[in-house]
Amino acid sequence: MSTVQAKKINIVQAINMALHDAMELDSSVVVLGEDIADREGGGVFKCTAGLSTKFGTGRVKSTPIAEQAIVGAAVGGALAGLRPVAEIMLMNFTTVAMDQIVNHAAKLRFMTGGQTHVPLVIRTTTGAGFGTGGQHADYLEAWFAHTAGLKVVAPSTPADAYGLMLSCIFDDDPCIFIENLPLYFVPGEAPVPGQRVPIGKARVVQEGSDITLISYSKTLHEVIAVAKSLAKEGISAEVIDLRTISPLDMDTIIASAKKTGRVVVAHEAQVDFGVGAEISARLHKELFGQLKAPVARVGAARSPVPFSKPLETAFVPTRERILAAIRETLN
Amino acid sequence: MSETKQPGRDVLLDIYRIATLIKTADDRFIELIKAGQIASPYYSPRGQELIPAAISVSLKPSDYVVTTYRGIHDQLAKGIPLKPFVAELFGRATGTCKGKGGPMHVTHVASGLPVTTGIVGAGLPIANGLAWASQLKGTDQVTVVNFGDGASNIGAFHEALNLAAVWKLPVIFVCQNNGYAEHTKYEYGTGAATIADRGLAYGIPGVEVDGNDAVAMWQAASTAIARARAGDGPTLLEANTFRFRGHLMGDDSHYIAKEEMAAAIAADPLPRFRAWLIKEGHASDGQLSDIEATNVAAFEEAVEFGLASPYPDVSELDKDVVAEGAQA
Repeated sequence: MSTVQAKKINIVQAINMALHDAMELDSSVVVLGEDIADREGGGVFKCTAGLSTKFGTGRVKSTPIAEQAIVGAAVGGALAGLRPVAEIMLMNFTTVAMDQIVNHAAKLRFMTGGQTHVPLVIRTTTGAGFGTGGQHADYLEAWFAHTAGLKVVAPSTPADAYGLMLSCIFDDDPCIFIENLPLYFVPGEAPVPGQRVPIGKARVVQEGSDITLISYSKTLHEVIAVAKSLAKEGISAEVIDLRTISPLDMDTIIASAKKTGRVVVAHEAQVDFGVGAEISARLHKELFGQLKAPVARVGAARSPVPFSKPLETAFVPTRERILAAIRETLN
Repeated sequence: MSETKQPGRDVLLDIYRIATLIKTADDRFIELIKAGQIASPYYSPRGQELIPAAISVSLKPSDYVVTTYRGIHDQLAKGIPLKPFVAELFGRATGTCKGKGGPMHVTHVASGLPVTTGIVGAGLPIANGLAWASQLKGTDQVTVVNFGDGASNIGAFHEALNLAAVWKLPVIFVCQNNGYAEHTKYEYGTGAATIADRGLAYGIPGVEVDGNDAVAMWQAASTAIARARAGDGPTLLEANTFRFRGHLMGDDSHYIAKEEMAAAIAADPLPRFRAWLIKEGHASDGQLSDIEATNVAAFEEAVEFGLASPYPDVSELDKDVVAEGAQA
């Protein structure tokens, strides 16, 4: 293995490393979900491989296919002093557990007047690109971000996946941790062991002066590619990776928007009523009259995720669509 | 077969004390709401008092009880302190939840009451998590989760019983079967002849018991609790009972046949238990009257405290949403 390869890991490895390090650090950290123990293969995407062997099947529990039972057990465990990390295999399956997430995990701290809190993480993955069709690839982050009491993160790199996972596990409130399936095996810079990435802090991926491009999760990588092509035309784009969706890092967003006066938000979720709408509304309130163009939004087509390849390819925010939105904003 | 265990006199009188405290609270809340002194939705447990009273005498303070919006009987039985309890029902800052929970969500962690849910069936999966934590920590705590017959038809019930069986959790599922799921009579909403039968589907004991019989209820509960405490896994208890005062206050129970209601009230478990205690020589009429009077005095003191307490400051809206200092 060359030195360069040794410094790179992928997101699956980063998550596995974070879970491992957290479990080693604190015996209250427990993991549960479908097929996650080594007897079942260490998770369908192997994010939990090796954990049950090392930490035992008391702390690393495979579950039946029963999302309400999984999240409910995580909520109860959290109330009793554990720090559970519940894997909901795919984001669409969180819909089965919405009562536990929205009515319980998110609200119990407030409803008990602060007597209790629910320090749990719900790990879940999603994203179009693998032909999984209408019920296995939705981005539903706006639903969770809309709920008071929940934190929502969506890392785009192995280092951020590692650092945010540690932060979420040791945060005292429930966190929805959104992973992207097509990004799982893309290598990136390895995290520094033990180094946490704070929740609520965006990362300026590259500085620029002409336009601000805001994204997260997989779409961030498309945005970076577009920004590179713009550079060749002499257009300087500032690229922001939100990393955390809720709470939004408005300081970073506003500082950049003030500088460039033009903003495009791109994400794989539906545009309507989405994260881009929230950012746009907040920017227009803060910088009304200072923006040089309306905030533009790029997202998925207004349809369920399709199966057929040409449809699926067109469904996601392609580089072409991102570029078109940028050109419109620049003109 | 060994002789069935019998509760001692102290246990019986404790059950009576708790059950009559619940009735006192219920009567008084209804009076206060009718008099316009408090404004609140209210789900009366009248008729079901003996169930939690007979369970709670076998529980330790460290054990968990999970309940629902119809839950004041379960909370009082677990030993919630009266003043902050009443204040919570009144929405006051001195309430157990600073008035933020209200009648459907009264909790008191220090009393082992961490979750009171307004969502039918939702308490069962959470109870599993509480029990999982006890199992993992190696404590002998058990978790009792209460719900109605209606909850046995929702998915969470089935997911939770199955998981508890697979993980062999120290949890007791107590279905307080009062015969009506909101307005729907048992047989119009439930396919199984009994809820207890459903235990078989998940490989756990399903036990049907007369929830209006203090001794039978105590026997069934103490057996299930001992089983859970010993690490032998969950039990589903179906405690048959009746709901005298409708689903929600203001509901006149028009969907219950007059004869059925009249027969149930004629068999009111509290006066029946009272007469039995005297007849069996466990207590005199005077002793039981003293217990009742003590309850009324203690509860009245709590009502005065609640009514005199301030409402929470509006700034409380921004508190307890997330950890202090964190951004919501």
